[in-house]
Amino acid sequence: MDAAPSGPATTREFMLGEGAGTGGGTQPMQLGVGPQHPAMHGIIRIVTELDGEVIRKADVEIGYLHRAFEKDCEVGGWNNAIPYTDRLNYVSPLINNFGYCAAVEKLLGITVTERCQYIRVVMAEISRICDHLTCVGASSMELGAFTVFLYMIKAREFLWELVEEVTGARLTISYGRVGGVKADLPPAFGDQMRAAFKQVREVLEEVHRLLTGNRIFMDRMVGVGALSRDETIAYAITGPLLRAVGVPYDVRRAQPYDAYDHLDWQVVTQTAGDNYARYLVRMAEMEQSMRIAEQALDHMPGGPINVDHEGRPLDPAAYVDQGKQGKTEGLLLIPITLSPNLAGQDRAAQARVNAHDKRVVLPPKETTYGSIEGLMNHFMLIMEGYGIRPPLGEAYSAVEGANGELGFYVVSDGTDRPYRVRCRPPCLPPLAALHRMIEGEWIGDLIPTFGSVNMIGGELDR
Amino acid sequence: MDGEAILGALQARFGGALAETHAHRGDHTALVERGALLDVLRHCRDDGALGFDMLADLTAVDYSKFPGREDGPRFEVVYHLLSVPHNHRLRVKVRVSEDDPVVPTASGLWPIADWFEREVWDMFGLRFAGHPNPKRLLLYEEFVGHPLRKDYPINRRQPLIGPKI
Repeated sequence: MDAAPSGPATTREFMLGEGAGTGGGTQPMQLGVGPQHPAMHGIIRIVTELDGEVIRKADVEIGYLHRAFEKDCEVGGWNNAIPYTDRLNYVSPLINNFGYCAAVEKLLGITVTERCQYIRVVMAEISRICDHLTCVGASSMELGAFTVFLYMIKAREFLWELVEEVTGARLTISYGRVGGVKADLPPAFGDQMRAAFKQVREVLEEVHRLLTGNRIFMDRMVGVGALSRDETIAYAITGPLLRAVGVPYDVRRAQPYDAYDHLDWQVVTQTAGDNYARYLVRMAEMEQSMRIAEQALDHMPGGPINVDHEGRPLDPAAYVDQGKQGKTEGLLLIPITLSPNLAGQDRAAQARVNAHDKRVVLPPKETTYGSIEGLMNHFMLIMEGYGIRPPLGEAYSAVEGANGELGFYVVSDGTDRPYRVRCRPPCLPPLAALHRMIEGEWIGDLIPTFGSVNMIGGELDR
Repeated sequence: MDGEAILGALQARFGGALAETHAHRGDHTALVERGALLDVLRHCRDDGALGFDMLADLTAVDYSKFPGREDGPRFEVVYHLLSVPHNHRLRVKVRVSEDDPVVPTASGLWPIADWFEREVWDMFGLRFAGHPNPKRLLLYEEFVGHPLRKDYPINRRQPLIGPKI
């Protein structure tokens, strides 16, 4: 019998007839994706060289959101850099705040109070969940799962309400301080957080039912954008992308900071290293983050957040008047009603959440206005040419950001201004390796792969 | 290995090529002569006991306004190495003068050095000999100067680029 008739070898032959393309050959096509593109989460340009729909070569260009973060840090005092760190990874700004503070504290050689460590853990984990929600939500939307996006943004909204409750702002929170945090947690925070987590867990459950195992989603994610274990490490990629290739490296576990070594949680890993594995890692990490935050809240030292003062509270204006007239005797013992803007920053709260180091931490307002020593201390930290003065030296400190290792390398020349602040952005290595993830795959696969690396322009370009 | 042991092992192997070692705030640092830099980095990566498989960060510092360092070599290029299997870190530094601001590229050892070195070129104007693609990373090609140098004023304006209308 004759062999079965062989079909056309390529799509091209199927369309154009047998032997098509053998004479004239093909030409690669250049296609620029971005910098402005609806599926590009930040401003970035990918110049691709296409053979049909297959990416043969890709060149990634970044820098469109460069705002001179490192140069700006050298201009102001050490605490002045904190608002700039908000704008690095603007989806999880709290982690940036604490990462920068940890580096300066390491340089100064001070440790924050135990309660502050736990507060940092709780707030950083809430931020991490926000970041993962945004990443998974937005990248699912680009694959057509718009419902997931809406659900996840709804969940993020509950968490941002918590963040707003604590820091007073939703996005540019500036909550960290060298030596502590801005203010203590509000009284009902524990209940609010548990209520919000309940909602988030419901959303995650729904999203799992919608996505994990969904045929369309899996077709686009499984086996797409994969990177090998060795290459991931050689490209210095950390965070969910590294754990998705089976390396259980997490700064929170490997070099524990704050209170992470006192809490019970797992480092989530997958082995495939593709977009689907990254999705699974992020989904599981959100649950771990909630576990961490709940435990941290349960174990948080420092007793009740609001302590009852004995005695009659004094109006702040009367307090300042007495201080100005020199009637400071006993004034420090009188409690005052603080403005709502200063909630969580009264003297007792300050002592709980800030390192006890006059060289670094501003005195509470009662002390500033109620005693000459407090006023001098305040001025010594605020005035031009004074302020926090770390000794000569350098320090590198890393925390686990939502996208991986967020490092700060700080150099001090002994003055009140940073000599050099270097931010090691967790986003940059995956973007440097992006061409390795997309070359040889379909142009359409660029979108889920780009979504799974979770590029954040503020942090990438600084 | 703890930091002291790492520095000891490097000292034993490279001796004179290590200009200085120190530990400050728990960060162990080896200051390396430029000629031996690639050998030291390669040894750090390939030696089984050191096993620094990740170049966590690469940056530079301009020391021209640093007290006591005004006359010395102007730049330092700083490598932060991390070993994922051994979970230890090392900082390797090399000093570069303003007259001869060239360092051998590490992009043959760790591919991530490609982008990190482009950023250092962009911000400090240091060149990396043998770099496959020595272009600016964050700024645009028409940008004049290198902004993280200490003599670049923060408020300097750059010429407008783009089509002339």
